[in-house]
Amino acid sequence: MKISKETVVEKKGYRLHILPSKKYKTISIVAKLKAPMKREGITERALLPSVLQKATQQLPNVRTLQSALENLYGTGFSSDGSKKGENHVLSFRMEVVNEVYLKNQEPILENALQIFSDVLFDPKVENGAFDESIVAREKQTLEQKIKSIKDDKMSYANMRLIDHMCKDEPYALHVHGYLEDFEQITAQTLYEYYQAMINRDLLDVYISGDVDQTEIEKLADQYFTRDSSENADDHKHSELTGSIEAKEIVEEDDVNQGKLHIGYRTNIKFGDPDYYALQVFNGIYGGFPSSKLFMNVREKHSLAYYAASRFESHKGLLLVFSGVDPKDYDQAKSIILEQMKAMESGDFTDDQVEDSKEQVINQLQETMDNANGLIEVLYHQTLSGKDIPAEELIENIRNVKKEDIIKVAEKIQLDTIYFLTSQEGGE
Amino acid sequence: MEELVYEQLNESVFREKMDNGLQVFLLSKPELAKTYGIFTTNYGSIDQTFTPIGKNEKVTVPEGIAHFLEHKLFEKEDRDVFQDFTKLGASANAFTSFTKTAYLFSATSQIEKNVETLLDFVQDPYFSKESVDKEKGIIAQEIKMYDDQPDWRAFFGTIQSLYEKHPVKVDIAGTVDSIQEITKDDLYTCYETFYHPSNMVLFVAGNFNPEEMMEQIRTNQDNKDFKEIPEIERSYPDEPKSVAKAEGSITMPVTTAKAMVGVKEDVSSLNGEELLRAELISGMILDFYFSRSGEFYDELYQADLIDDSFQFETELDRQFGFTILGGDSRKPDELAARLKEMLHSIKEKKISEEDFTRMKRKKIGQFMRALNSLEFIANQFTHYHTLGVDLFDVLPVIESLSAEDADQYVEHWIKDDRISVFQVKPQEQ
Repeated sequence: MKISKETVVEKKGYRLHILPSKKYKTISIVAKLKAPMKREGITERALLPSVLQKATQQLPNVRTLQSALENLYGTGFSSDGSKKGENHVLSFRMEVVNEVYLKNQEPILENALQIFSDVLFDPKVENGAFDESIVAREKQTLEQKIKSIKDDKMSYANMRLIDHMCKDEPYALHVHGYLEDFEQITAQTLYEYYQAMINRDLLDVYISGDVDQTEIEKLADQYFTRDSSENADDHKHSELTGSIEAKEIVEEDDVNQGKLHIGYRTNIKFGDPDYYALQVFNGIYGGFPSSKLFMNVREKHSLAYYAASRFESHKGLLLVFSGVDPKDYDQAKSIILEQMKAMESGDFTDDQVEDSKEQVINQLQETMDNANGLIEVLYHQTLSGKDIPAEELIENIRNVKKEDIIKVAEKIQLDTIYFLTSQEGGE
Repeated sequence: MEELVYEQLNESVFREKMDNGLQVFLLSKPELAKTYGIFTTNYGSIDQTFTPIGKNEKVTVPEGIAHFLEHKLFEKEDRDVFQDFTKLGASANAFTSFTKTAYLFSATSQIEKNVETLLDFVQDPYFSKESVDKEKGIIAQEIKMYDDQPDWRAFFGTIQSLYEKHPVKVDIAGTVDSIQEITKDDLYTCYETFYHPSNMVLFVAGNFNPEEMMEQIRTNQDNKDFKEIPEIERSYPDEPKSVAKAEGSITMPVTTAKAMVGVKEDVSSLNGEELLRAELISGMILDFYFSRSGEFYDELYQADLIDDSFQFETELDRQFGFTILGGDSRKPDELAARLKEMLHSIKEKKISEEDFTRMKRKKIGQFMRALNSLEFIANQFTHYHTLGVDLFDVLPVIESLSAEDADQYVEHWIKDDRISVFQVKPQEQ
């Protein structure tokens, strides 16, 4: 088994994670800024990645900045915001070709890190505000993005499910922000939000590739050191108390195919003792083409092209999704619900348990072969505050027993059935 | 077995042609946990008219059959092949494109058995009337899922504007109606013609011993009986060089309109190496003007004619080629008109040596980054191999290009009768 070693160093204002690996021809650098999910400031936060990536003091417009990256052998640089449990995480990802493969003597990595650092810490600012025209343009782009969510029916149905299911919880907040906030956001207020964020957010920096640890630490110190910030985390997550009353929601839209999305509460989070059994559970229930959902909804009844499930590790959700003909709603729904009953009553074989374990382990190992995949796995651990070596993760999955999976099934509660259907509703 | 060594990239590929004609490539990456294997036939959605093996007359099969066949190969008389891979801790998948059908797995253990399973299931078809009928419902839902995706509709709408007769204009999965006509006999006809080992390529990349792996594949193939076949006769309609329609559109329930501009590329006279050069040069020219560092992108973005969804791509293959640019736009008519003007103006402009060097560096970097992915290496190597090109020659070819090559290329590139505009329009509220 080949598992990358991670070295974590507490630095001034950030945590540095070094992942030396000979697997890649490139070096990946990822910075993650984390804050609790909050309605206030959420639209500013959604705007920031794209505004920051447009210009720095040194490279004051998109074209000069992009040209500089192109000259560094097409260094890839992207950023986005995402929801991890009830955290709003901004990620900045850079990928640079390792100099050993280039017929070139320039310090490509160091020059790329300079740009990375400038984008984060030295953006284009005039008179205490970001560039007016950049902010105005990025507001338009974000507006467009928010409005276009409806055009991707699978994402839209998923968003609506969570809207209904987690109505009074921070988890239902939209990471891309809200149109109603746009009017009050200016180049100046956005800069104020940015200053607070860049000082206060928890910062983790990951560097992976065929690198020398001492050299990388030196470079990181030069480009990521922050003055302020305690780099501490004291956020408490909301917990749902009391019993859940399952609800069923049908909404209409102009679609050819209905989108059936079902939300369950697993009551299990990353690092919990039964988290491993949950992974194996999902493998049998809906995670793979061999799972119950695929075999029954698709192969046995020909109702769908896809029927699958996935779980959210920090919020404790299990989400089922399938695309079915509007007229087949009731049948598809009852088949999906029956599969959960079958899981509770232990209607699966020991062989299925073993197969599921192998697949979960295979998936984990494949993910860790990829630089960004490994960084995401490790960041999950950072988020949960539980540092578990990969060998132990795999060992824990291997140790799952059939009765553990049944216990997981019993813990899982149905919360919301959501169906996005055509206007005729298939009647 | 022959070893091809690419020193600058620190890669090597083992190659062998089996007695039955199957072309095998192995790339060993012991640093990785994963192995990826892909078994490809040089047969896709455009191969609709051909002379079946053992027959004298051409037949035309229903639209969407290559993709239908891909689905059905996973089902055997007694089992579903997905389960076999599951038992081996692997994940399996398949895809059909215009010119290829490919079956693949990835795994971190039991690699030999997984390769064996891949070869055996693809080389042992079982089609029955019941299972063919059952699949129609599943594929109909797949088609309807795509029907709801505006990007897919925009892409295909553009191709349909460019091409008048060529089957590249037919949706890869066919239509809900066309797949109803497919029979088990049709599937066998296509299978026997196109799944002969001499029309196929196996590429395995990852963590294994290449000598032992090749030996295993050789034994596997030697134990199977394939009759030698003559070269496959495929037939395609005569496609004019000019576009089918200069303009087209559909109406869909989208919030934002889409405008696409397509260029019908002439690939008829290009051999493999020329195709690769054309693909690289057009990619670099488009990058220079239309990526975020480019003057055209900047103008379009500042004028609010495009947003982050703006994309461009060139696809050149046997039989057809196209370049498509576009995306969401609040002013689709204006975007389409401006894009056309811009494409025409490229001929009048020059890219400086310095800028061209920057685009070369970018291309080299993108290629190196892509080489981190086993999937990219295996899929792209196979694709280029069928066109007569070696994937790892991409690097020296990029290095050999000059601004002059770009100047020459644009001279003959954009012609008015080879451009189409296609729009996805929102419904009236």
